[in-house]
Amino acid sequence: MGGLLPNASTFGPAIDLMFMVVLVVTSIAFVLVEGLLIYFLIRYRGRPGQRAAYVHGNRRLELFWTLGTGLALFSLALYQRGTWAEVKQQLPDENTALVVGISAKQFEWHVTYPGDDGRLDTADDIVAPINVLHLPVDQPVIVRLTAQDVIHSFFIPQFRLKQDAVPGMTIRAWVQATQTGEFEVACAELCGLGHYRMRGQVTVESREAFEAWLAEVKAKQSSGN
Amino acid sequence: MTTQAEMTDVAHAPERVAEKSFIRKYVFSTDHKVIGKQFLFSSLFFFVVGGLLALLMRTQLAWPWEEIPVVGSLVYGSSGNILAPEAYPALVTMHGTIMIFFFIIPILSGAFGNFLIPLMIGAKDMAFPRLNLLSYWVMVPAFLVMITGFFVEGGPAAAGWTSYVPLSALPDKIPGSGMGQTLWIISLTLVGSASIMGAINYITTVVMLRAKGMHMFRLPMTVWALFITAILVLMATPVLTSALILIFLDRTIGTHFFSPSGGGQVILWQHLFWFYSHPAVYIMILPAMGMASDIISCFARKPLFGYKPMVFSIMAIAGLGFIVWGHHMFQSGMNPVLGTLFMTSTMMIALPSAIKTFNWLATLWGGQLQLKAPMLNALAFVSTFVIGGLSGVFAAATPVDVFIHDTYWIVGHIHYVLFGGSLFGVFAAIQYWFPKMFGRTMNETWGKVHFVLTFAAFNLVFFPMFILGAYGMPRRIADPYNYNFLAPLQSLNQFMTISAYVLALSQLVLFVNFFYSLFRGQKAVENPWQANTLEWATTSPPPEHNFHTAPMVYRGPYEYSSPEVTEDWLPQSRALDGAGPEKTPTGVAATGAATD
Repeated sequence: MGGLLPNASTFGPAIDLMFMVVLVVTSIAFVLVEGLLIYFLIRYRGRPGQRAAYVHGNRRLELFWTLGTGLALFSLALYQRGTWAEVKQQLPDENTALVVGISAKQFEWHVTYPGDDGRLDTADDIVAPINVLHLPVDQPVIVRLTAQDVIHSFFIPQFRLKQDAVPGMTIRAWVQATQTGEFEVACAELCGLGHYRMRGQVTVESREAFEAWLAEVKAKQSSGN
Repeated sequence: MTTQAEMTDVAHAPERVAEKSFIRKYVFSTDHKVIGKQFLFSSLFFFVVGGLLALLMRTQLAWPWEEIPVVGSLVYGSSGNILAPEAYPALVTMHGTIMIFFFIIPILSGAFGNFLIPLMIGAKDMAFPRLNLLSYWVMVPAFLVMITGFFVEGGPAAAGWTSYVPLSALPDKIPGSGMGQTLWIISLTLVGSASIMGAINYITTVVMLRAKGMHMFRLPMTVWALFITAILVLMATPVLTSALILIFLDRTIGTHFFSPSGGGQVILWQHLFWFYSHPAVYIMILPAMGMASDIISCFARKPLFGYKPMVFSIMAIAGLGFIVWGHHMFQSGMNPVLGTLFMTSTMMIALPSAIKTFNWLATLWGGQLQLKAPMLNALAFVSTFVIGGLSGVFAAATPVDVFIHDTYWIVGHIHYVLFGGSLFGVFAAIQYWFPKMFGRTMNETWGKVHFVLTFAAFNLVFFPMFILGAYGMPRRIADPYNYNFLAPLQSLNQFMTISAYVLALSQLVLFVNFFYSLFRGQKAVENPWQANTLEWATTSPPPEHNFHTAPMVYRGPYEYSSPEVTEDWLPQSRALDGAGPEKTPTGVAATGAATD
C-alpha cells in the first residue's frame, strides 16, 4: 500500500510527475537534514573536559545554503506553471467538447447533459439519475459546476480532478478520461452531516456505449418517469 | 510605566509592607508572571479537551458507527453509545478551534510570552500591567462561551474551524450553524481582543523597557520571536475580527456580505479568514522557533549559529506570511492566475524556514550536546518541523495541490508543523522554564520517558496521514469506507487510532511529572541549566519585581564556551572586571531604558 492511485486522465501523468519531482527533491533534503541531525547527535555528544567550538556563524555558508535552497524552490516554482495552466486555465473549446452540467447540493450530484441542440440550459437537456455520471473515454469534457446550497467540491481521485462548487458561481473544470471503467466522485469540502456520503458513480465507456446510455436516459425522461 | 530610574530607586527603598490579598495576588493580578501562569494552566486544560475530541474522531475513523466502550455511554448514551450522526463535523470543528485558539496560541504567546518577556529583557513587568490583566480576563468569558456551545440545541459549531460560508452562515445547513455557530463567533471575537491587547503590551514592552545594554541585537531569540509574533497578531487579528463581525451581521440582521442572492460573494469569507489564519500559523510556530534556538544553544554549550540571519529569517517569515493566504484557496474557484502568484510567494516562504533549520544544525556542529529533556524536545521540534515543512512543498505545488487539497495529506502536514513543531517546542519550554516559574525542578528521567513515547507514537499516528492523502482520502469525513476506493485504508486507520491512544496516554507522564513536581519537586537553584539569559540571573521563582537590582547587559545571549572565562557559560549581565551586576559603568548614571 502507499503511493498514488493509478491515474486515468490526460493531465494525470503531468500531475503525478510533479508529485514525483517534489518527492525526489524533498527526500534529498530530508535525508540530508535528518541524517546530519542524527550524525551530530552522536558525534557531538558532550564529553567531560571538552569545550564546544566558539563559533558564531559563517557568512559564506549562509550565502551558500540560502542561494542553493532559493534556486531549488525557484526551479520548482517555474517547472510547475505549465501543468497548472493546463489543468485550470487551458479548457478545451466549448463548441467541440462535451459540456456536462453538475449541480452540487446536500448531499447529491445532479448531472445534466445537453440534448440534441448541444447546449445546456435548454428545454431538451437530459437529466441523468442522481449521482450518476457517464463520460465517453478519450474525449475532452467540460464540467460546468454549480452549487445550490453550500460549497461542495467535485473530486474524482483517479482523474486528478478537483474543483470546488460554489453557490453564486459557475465554474468550469475539464477532464479527458483515458481509461474505461467505474470510478467514484467524492465531495472534498465539508458540506454538512452527509458530507461523507456524497458519493457519485462515474462510468467511463466508449463513445458508442455512452451515446446509447444517454439515449436510454432521454427516452425514460420523455416517457415521463 | 516604570522607568529604569524608578527601578533603581525601588532597589534602595525600604521593603514594602503591604501584603496583597489572595485575590489580588493570584486571581486578579497585574504581575506578568502570575498572568503567564494563568494562561499556562488554562491552556493545558484545553489541550486535554482538544485531545479527547481528537480521540473520539480517531475512534470513529477506525471503527465507524460502532459502540464506543466506556466513553460511549458517557458521551453518546442517547444515540446508543455510538457516535451521533451530527457529531463528527462538530468534533472536527471544536478540535481545531480549541487546539488553535485555546491551547497553542495562548500557551506560546499568553503563557511564555507573558512570563518571559520582561524577565529576558531585564524589566520588572510589562509596559501595561492592567491591560495585561484584562487580556487574560477577556479570555475567561471566551472559554465559557465556547464551552457553552457543547450544550446548546444543535450542538457546537460544526462547519470546521475554517467556518466556510454558506455552511456556517445558514442555520438550516447543519445543526451546529444555529446557536453553536453564534457562540463560536462571539467567543473568537473575545479571543481576538485578548490577543490584540497582549500584542500591544509585548511590542511596547520590548521597544521601551529593555535594561541598559540590552540592544535589540542582544535580545534572545525567544524575545525576537515573541516580538515579531506580536506584530503579526496586531496586524492580522483585526481582519479576523472584521470577518467575524460581517458573518455575525449576515446571520442576524440580514446583511449580504457573503450571500450571492443579496449581491455578496461566498469566496470573500475565505479571503478574509485566510488573510488572518495564514499569519496565524506563523503566530503558532515562531515563538516555538525562538525558544528552540535558545534551548539548543544552551544545551549545545555553543553560540547560536547565525544570530542575525536567524532574526532576519523570522522577519521574512512574518512578512511573507501576509502574501501567501491564497494557497489555501487554489481549488476555491478563485482566478487561477492568482494561484500562480500565491504559489510563487508560498515557495519563497519555505526559504527562511530552511535557513533556520540549517542554522540549528550548524549550532549542533562542534557542540558539547547535553541531551536533557528540554534539548530532546527541541531537537524533536527541528526534526518533525522539517517533515512538516517539506510536506508543505507538495501542497504549494499547485498541480499537486489539485489532488491533495482537502485530503489527509494536509492533515498530516498541519500536525507535523503544529504538533511536531509547536507542541514539541512547548514540551521543551515547559521543562526548561519550569524551575524558573515554580522554583522546583521536574523529573529528568520521566521527561525522557515522555519524550521517547511521544516522539514514537506521534510519528506512528501522523506519518501514515501522508499515505492516506496520497490515496485521496478526504478530510472531515465521518466514514471513509462509504467510498469503495478508500475501503483498503481501514486497517491503516485502525493502526493510527491505536497509536493515538498510546500518544494520549503518554501525555499522562508529562502531566503527572508536571503536577507532582509542582508540589514535591526538588527546589530549584537560580540557574539550573547554567544559561546566559537574564531570567536565569534572578531567583527561582523571581521576586515580585523580577530583579533585586536592575540588570546591566554586557553582551549577547549566546556566549557559551567563550574563551574569556573558564566556565562554558557567560551570562548577559555578568561584568567581567570582577564586580557584580549591580555596579554600573563609572560615570554613567542608570537613566532610562537602552535606546539603541
